[in-house]
This record gives sequence, structure tokens and C-alpha cells, in this order.
Amino acid sequence: MTGLRYVYAVCHPLGAPLQAQLTGVAGAPAKLLNHHGLIAVVSHVPEGDFAEEALHAHLEDLDWLTDTARAHQGVIDALTVVTTPLPLRLGTVFRDDSGVRVMMEEREADFRRTLDRLAGRVEWGVKVYAEAEPEKAAARPAAKAASGRDYLMQRRQQARATDDLWQKAEEFASRLHDTLSAFAEDARLHAPQNPALSGASGRNVLNAAYLVPREGSEEFVELVDRTKDDVPGLRVELTGPWAAYSFAGDTGAGA
Amino acid sequence: MTVVERREIALVDLLDRLLAGGVVIKGDITLRIADVDLVRIDLNALISSVNEQVPSPWGD
Repeated sequence: MTGLRYVYAVCHPLGAPLQAQLTGVAGAPAKLLNHHGLIAVVSHVPEGDFAEEALHAHLEDLDWLTDTARAHQGVIDALTVVTTPLPLRLGTVFRDDSGVRVMMEEREADFRRTLDRLAGRVEWGVKVYAEAEPEKAAARPAAKAASGRDYLMQRRQQARATDDLWQKAEEFASRLHDTLSAFAEDARLHAPQNPALSGASGRNVLNAAYLVPREGSEEFVELVDRTKDDVPGLRVELTGPWAAYSFAGDTGAGA
Repeated sequence: MTVVERREIALVDLLDRLLAGGVVIKGDITLRIADVDLVRIDLNALISSVNEQVPSPWGD
């Protein structure tokens, strides 16, 4: 009758109040559930949408997923203003408050350890895209080939130019990753993004996350910024600061 | 080369973190979000993006 409990994050008791009227994934307000000195941030969600079967069906609905992901992120963002939250994976759902409490009890030591490891840290996302220059791209029909042999030669040249770019992109990306990893406390590599989903142009050759102390963030951003002048045809994208999603999962066996 | 800082958070960046990151806890509702197939979500996105932008990449 009262619905299920969706859990966003676990954190230490807040030093400052959470923004008033913070709305969660299904429009219900997010609230704090205190258990033995740790806080679970939860909201009520309807069973019709969040019970196992329904949730699985919804997860394949991109519009629903978008709304839910943004709402989840909204709560995490608000928490990030006042604390360093330990974010949970999207769609962590319990029957009721007591289910959440049991979980908190079981995982308490784990949570405390991870909260300590992440305290005062944020995550920055860095992506590198390689964009074949239009005039070199294979799609362009070359100046009329006089013969089959010319045609093949032109094709080969185009292929070579593209290969060169990919190779340069790979080298650049791994150099950048080394530099940033050396600065950051920890790093994770995400799978390259699908351009259909990202809408970004070019091939995604690096999709990484870096764990950086808040006070080191400015320097980290400058470090990324300094890569500007390097290779033509490459684009670097920076996102963040994020709550440390990519570093919440395991106990810090570095990437 | 340019470094772009995007203002609005892209859905993909969010999904990288919300579906592949975060603490995995098995709720008492037996959810297995850990198993959510990102490839399948990618595929759905591909299908919907093809539907939206009418000239499909392999259409002409």
C-alpha cells in the first residue's frame, strides 16, 4: 500500500540540511533513514513500476530510463553539496524501511570503509574522440579514378590516412590516461560509448573516470585543459565533478 | 584539438555511472540490476535514434 523503498545512497549524518523539497525518482520526496549512525537516502516508489518484473521492462524503455536516471542523479547531486555520498546502483529497491535497515546492518563495515576511502573525493570523466577529417574520410568519392588500379590506390591511401588517425588517437589516449592516472588517486576505464546513444561525433577511443580529491580538482581540470594543443582530429571531453560512482563498487583494487 | 566541457549531463555519461557504477546491493526484492544488459540498452537506443532521425544511416 505504501509502496517500495528506492535507495539512492548511503552517507554519514549530514552536517547541513538537505535541500528542501528534494524529489526522487517517482516524484516522492527523498528522505533520510538513520540506522546506527549511517544514513540511507530513500524515497517511496510504486510497486507497479519498481517491482522486479516491471523494473526490468522499464529499463529497456529509454524514456523511462532517462527520467529515472536524471531523478536519481538529482538526489545524488543534492547530497554532493552537503556530503560525500556513496551512490548505489540505479534501481536498488527494498520492500520497506526494515528491509533497508537489515541491508544497512549487513553492509555497515563495508559502507564505512568505502565512505572513508571516498571522503572528500570526486570523480571526473574524461573522454577522447577521434574524428576522421571529412576530406580524408573514406566516404568521399575520390577524384575520378582513371583506372581500376588508380581507384584501388586511392582507396588504400584513404584507408592509410584513417589508420594513421586511429593509431595517433590510441597513442594520445593512452598517454593522456597515464598522465591523469598518475595525478588521480584511482582510475577506471568505461567501455567506449555508442555514438547512437551519445549523439557525439567521432569514435570514442577513451572513456575514463578519475578519482580526485576535491581540492585537487582545479589542477586536474587544468591538466586536461593543457592537452588542447596536441593532435588535430582529436577532441577531449571533460565531465564532472561527479559523485564517485565509478569507485563505489569494489574496495579499491586499482584499475 | 579542443577540450569541451559539456554543461548538460549526457544520458550516456549518466548510464555509464548509474548502471555500471555505484554500489551493487541485492535488494530484498530480487533485483539483479548488475545483470542489466547495456548492450541491449545500446541497441534500443540505436533503434529509437534511427526512428527519430528519419534518414537512417543505411537508408540511401
